[in-house]
Amino acid sequence: MTENPKNAADDILVRIRGLRFLRGERAIFDGLDIDIPRGKVTAIMGPSGTGKTTLLKLIGGQLRPHAGSIEFDGQNVHALSTAELYELRMRMGMLFQSGALLTDMSVFDNVAFPLREHTRLSESMIRKLVLLKLEAVGLRGARDLMPAELSGGMARRVALARAIALDPMMIMYDEPFTGQDPISMGVLVQLIRRLNDAARISSVVVSHDVAETLRIADLVYVISDGKVVESGTPQQLAESGGEWTRQFIQGLPDGPVPFHYAAAALSDDLLGGAA
Amino acid sequence: MIEKLRGLGAWGLQALLRLGRAHVLLLAMLRGFVDILRRPRLLVEQLFSVGVLTILIISVAGLFVGMVLGLQGYYILSRFGGETALGLMVAASLVRELGPVLTALLFAGRAGSALTAEIGLMKATEQLSGLEMMAVNPQYRVLAPRFLAGLISVPLLAAMFSVLGVAGGWMVGGGMLGVDQAAFWNGMQEGIDFEDDVINGVIKSLVFGLVCTWIAIFQGYDCVPTSEGVSRATTRTVVHSSLAVLGLDFVLTALMFGE
Repeated sequence: MTENPKNAADDILVRIRGLRFLRGERAIFDGLDIDIPRGKVTAIMGPSGTGKTTLLKLIGGQLRPHAGSIEFDGQNVHALSTAELYELRMRMGMLFQSGALLTDMSVFDNVAFPLREHTRLSESMIRKLVLLKLEAVGLRGARDLMPAELSGGMARRVALARAIALDPMMIMYDEPFTGQDPISMGVLVQLIRRLNDAARISSVVVSHDVAETLRIADLVYVISDGKVVESGTPQQLAESGGEWTRQFIQGLPDGPVPFHYAAAALSDDLLGGAA
Repeated sequence: MIEKLRGLGAWGLQALLRLGRAHVLLLAMLRGFVDILRRPRLLVEQLFSVGVLTILIISVAGLFVGMVLGLQGYYILSRFGGETALGLMVAASLVRELGPVLTALLFAGRAGSALTAEIGLMKATEQLSGLEMMAVNPQYRVLAPRFLAGLISVPLLAAMFSVLGVAGGWMVGGGMLGVDQAAFWNGMQEGIDFEDDVINGVIKSLVFGLVCTWIAIFQGYDCVPTSEGVSRATTRTVVHSSLAVLGLDFVLTALMFGE
C-alpha cells in the first residue's frame, strides 16, 4: 500500500491527542494521548470495560470522538469524507475478536474477498495470492473449509490472512488471545510478531492477556479510567513502581482496583433488614 | 408527573431518531442499486433466498385461500342463484385485496424475519463491522441487494398467489360444486378491469414489498447485537410489517377504489 509521502519520514503512524469519547453520561476516554510508532508492535492493555475495542473502532473511523483528534499516517481520520475514509481503511487491517469471517463463504473466498472487491486482478493471480496468505498463517490446507468447520484459533488465523490480503500498513488486533488454547495462543503470538517484522507492518494489539502481550510488544500503553496510566517497554512496565500497573501486570486480586465493588459496610447490610 | 412527561419525551425522541435512521438507511440502499448493476450476481443470490424460497408457502396458501373463497362464495351466491358470478368474486377478491395483502403478510413472516435474523446475526458476529474495516460498505454490499430482491419478489409472489387462488376457486367451484365453467371464466374476464384491478393490485404489492423489506432490513441493521436483541428485532419485523401492511392497505384501497 502507498504511504502518504508527506508523512513518510514521521515515525508516528497513529497520533491520538486529547481523545474524549462518551457512552451516555460515562466518559470512556477523557483526554487520551497515544502515539503508535511505525513498524513496531504496540500493545494497549487494561482491564475489561476500559474501552480498548472502542479505541480501535475510533482509530478505524467506525466511531466518532466527542473531542480530540486521531491522525493516521498524517490524515485526520474524522475529518475525512466517507469515500476518503474507505480509501484510508484499505491501508488498515483489523482482526476482530470473533474473527468476523463471512459465514456464507469458504476460507478461500473469505481471504479472496478484499482482493476481489478492491483490485482488478485475474482469478488466477488472486488464487496465488490467497494461497500465499493462507500459507503464511499455516492454513493453506484448510482453504475449502467453511467458517463453521474451523476452531476459534483457526478462524482467527483465517481472519488474519484476510486482514493482510491487501498488504496494509497497520493491523489492529482486538483481543487476539482471548479464549485460545495454549497451542493456538502460541501460534498467534508468533504470527503477530513474525508478520510485523517480515512485512514491516505496524501492529496494535489490544489485550488483557498480560504474559502473551508483553512477550511480543515493543511498546505498551496501560489505560484505565479513560487515560493512559503508564507507558513504556515491557521491561520498564515490569519494573514499574506504579501500584496500579503492578496490580494489573501481576494480576493481584486487591489494590487500587479493589476486590469489593463499592457497597455499604457488610454489618450494615446484614443488620439493616431487607434491602 | 414530571418524570412521566420526561419519559414520554425521551421515548418520542428515540422513536424520531429511529425513524430518521431508517430513512437514512433507505436512501443509502437506494444509492446502492447502482452498485448492483456492476455485480448482478449479488441480486440473483438474494432473489433466490428472498423470493424463490418463499414460493412454496405462497403457492400452498394461495391455493387454499382460493379454495375457501370458492366454497364460501358458492354458499352465499347460490342463495340468490348467482353462482355464475363465483369466478368474478374469487378473482376480484384475490387480485384487489387478498393476493397483495396475504402475500405481504406471509412474506414478512417467512422472508422478512429471516432477513432480520441474518442481518442481526451478521451484526452480532461483527461481520458488518468487518466489511466496513475492509473498506466495503455493508449498506451497498449486503443490504441493497436484499432490498431490491424484496422489491422485485413481492409483486411476483402476489401474482403467483392470485393465479393459484383463482385455480383453487375454480377447482372447488367448477370441479366439485358444479358451477358452469364457461360462466366462471366469462364472469371473471368481463368483470376484472386490467387497470382498476390488476394494476392497482400490482401497485399495492410493490408498496407492501418496499415496506416489509425496508422494515426487515432496518430491524436487523439497527438491532442490539445480542441474541436477545436479534430475537426482539425479528419479532418487531413481523409485528411492524403486518400492522403496516394492514394500515397501508386501507389507505391505498381508499385512494384507489374510492369515488
